[in-house]
Amino acid sequence: MVKNTEAWGSRVGLVLAMAGNAVGFGNFLRFPVQAVQNGGGAFIIPYLVSFLILGIPLLMIEWSSGRFGGRFGHHSTPFIMGSMDKRWIWKYVGVFGIFSNIAIASYYCYLESWTISYIFHSLFGTFDGLSQLEVAVFFTNYLDVTTSTTGIPYEALIFFLLCLALNTWILSKGLSGGVEKVAKIGVPMLIVFGIFLAVKGITLKAGEDGAINDGVVGLNFLWTPDYSSLANPKVWLAAAGQIFFTLSVGMGSIQCYASYLKKNDDIALNSMSAGWMNEFVEIVLGSAIIIPIAIGYLGIDKVVELTGIGGLGLGFRTMPYLFEQWGPILSALAGVSFFGLLFFAGITSSLAMGTPGMSFMMDEFKWSRPKAAIGFGTVIMLLGLPTIFFFAEGVFDEYDYWAGTVSLVVFALLEAVLFSWVFGLKKGWREITEGADIKIPLIYRFIIKYITPVVLILVFTGALIRPANDDWSNFNPRKWEFHNESIIGQLQHKGIGPNNDWFAVVFFAEQPGIVDSTYQLRNKNFISVSKTNENGAVQSRQYRYNDSKHYLLVKPGDEVNTGDTLFTGKVINRIFFIDMARLLLLSVFLMISGLVYYAWRKRMKEGRNEI
Amino acid sequence: MNNSALILMISVQLVVTLLTGWFFYKVLVTKPKAEPDSYSENDDVER
Repeated sequence: MVKNTEAWGSRVGLVLAMAGNAVGFGNFLRFPVQAVQNGGGAFIIPYLVSFLILGIPLLMIEWSSGRFGGRFGHHSTPFIMGSMDKRWIWKYVGVFGIFSNIAIASYYCYLESWTISYIFHSLFGTFDGLSQLEVAVFFTNYLDVTTSTTGIPYEALIFFLLCLALNTWILSKGLSGGVEKVAKIGVPMLIVFGIFLAVKGITLKAGEDGAINDGVVGLNFLWTPDYSSLANPKVWLAAAGQIFFTLSVGMGSIQCYASYLKKNDDIALNSMSAGWMNEFVEIVLGSAIIIPIAIGYLGIDKVVELTGIGGLGLGFRTMPYLFEQWGPILSALAGVSFFGLLFFAGITSSLAMGTPGMSFMMDEFKWSRPKAAIGFGTVIMLLGLPTIFFFAEGVFDEYDYWAGTVSLVVFALLEAVLFSWVFGLKKGWREITEGADIKIPLIYRFIIKYITPVVLILVFTGALIRPANDDWSNFNPRKWEFHNESIIGQLQHKGIGPNNDWFAVVFFAEQPGIVDSTYQLRNKNFISVSKTNENGAVQSRQYRYNDSKHYLLVKPGDEVNTGDTLFTGKVINRIFFIDMARLLLLSVFLMISGLVYYAWRKRMKEGRNEI
Repeated sequence: MNNSALILMISVQLVVTLLTGWFFYKVLVTKPKAEPDSYSENDDVER
């Protein structure tokens, strides 16, 4: 039987660990893409407004809730929230604070493992001499877990397990001995790498090393404000969403870290320092790397097209090729810096994701830290494997949507209501200001009580009923068409296309076009259907089939429409994997709820129900 | 760069950098609270 006696080593260590928790891939890959897609420089206005009325209040709520719960020996959100109000429901709301971390960590560690792999490949010159297309194909091959780019079988899996083992080992060393040490090295390192790349990106000169634009062209493109975009609710929702992802609020990890603080220790200055450090990395460094470098070599039109596939695609499919233009030594250095900063951003976040679940097991079931770390690693491995093996079938995206997006908003909304209205702002404000080393403006009493919950309700409603094409102008409940990515749209499987049965004996085309080829790649067969969109860009769609099980009904040159049969034979459609991923996530949530119930019963039996 | 982009970028980045620096500086120079505080490195006795 072991008592949870964890502690932070130093105040700077805590601030860096909290900043590291917040700084993640999104700072470098998501923020600039969101800015490009939502009004350029004007995006910074709703973004900073969201930071002030949503981000800072949520930071204060989570830090103070955590410290409050820690006073009773609770270090995970089920019992932290339970200590704030005795009604049973809050313990189960708190389940989100363990669930999100576990579910996100299971795909986030996979993402993190890509950066380790790309550091390896940058150092060993894998990308030397590859064309842009070949670098993009390298990434596609890497994601196909059965393909090896190094000769190591199941390479993507090996790197994932390596990354997971590293996380587990660090977590087993404890807060001050593991997490804090990594933060003290990782956060400064990522800032140094970021400054190097930002300087390199901004000082790009057209005509040198194959660049077609100066680096400042990219900055100009990113920062030129389109103020008309501010009238579009989509831009405000995107800004609020970015604040969520970037600060790691609504997850439960901040409460867990803060729960190891004592009553009289400051949280006001610490939370501001960690929060603004994240903003520095995002706004100053994040905006000066991928967009200026990509526009420098590829031009604005190409980068706008590439941002359509998201920041991850830009980072992993394109950046290694761009670094190659700087010559063998500098490209290796740039590759190590870029993927190194992503690695440090990732690992400081994934360690934070490991802590709540481990603290729960240590508090409630008296697990030792090494045992809890191994337990965490095992769960993440089991949950992470489907995202690796069924990445192309959309399992990774399902985890990201439900655990990494929807859960955060739901949890943040409920914790804001608990803090402001149930626990009560009078007590809440006392918690925030207790031991504070800075004076917090009184306006935040009003913002935390009224503005933040209302904004969260708007954000949640926006995500729930987001309209098709993000057109909010014609609100009509009877004719409202949901966006494919709205929560209701997702539940309805909107946009899934004609292959909407789990199992079928025919497979239909999911977009119109011309069959331009049937080909074999990595011992797998594909049909490629292409169409030219209104902008003149060719959009290709590849459908995989098995030539020994399926009978092709089309040949190159055939024109197909959506719903036309491409081949016959037994098929397991993508929707099956999507639904299984959802069921798996739901099962995890229910299992954690069951553990919370069991822990509560145990507390009652042991007479530990001190809250 | 056009003027509006330049002004916006410099003003936002300057404000964010200064605030980040100021808060972190405050963290570094603020005197620690009386023991027992939350941090083990400044403890007189090992926990």
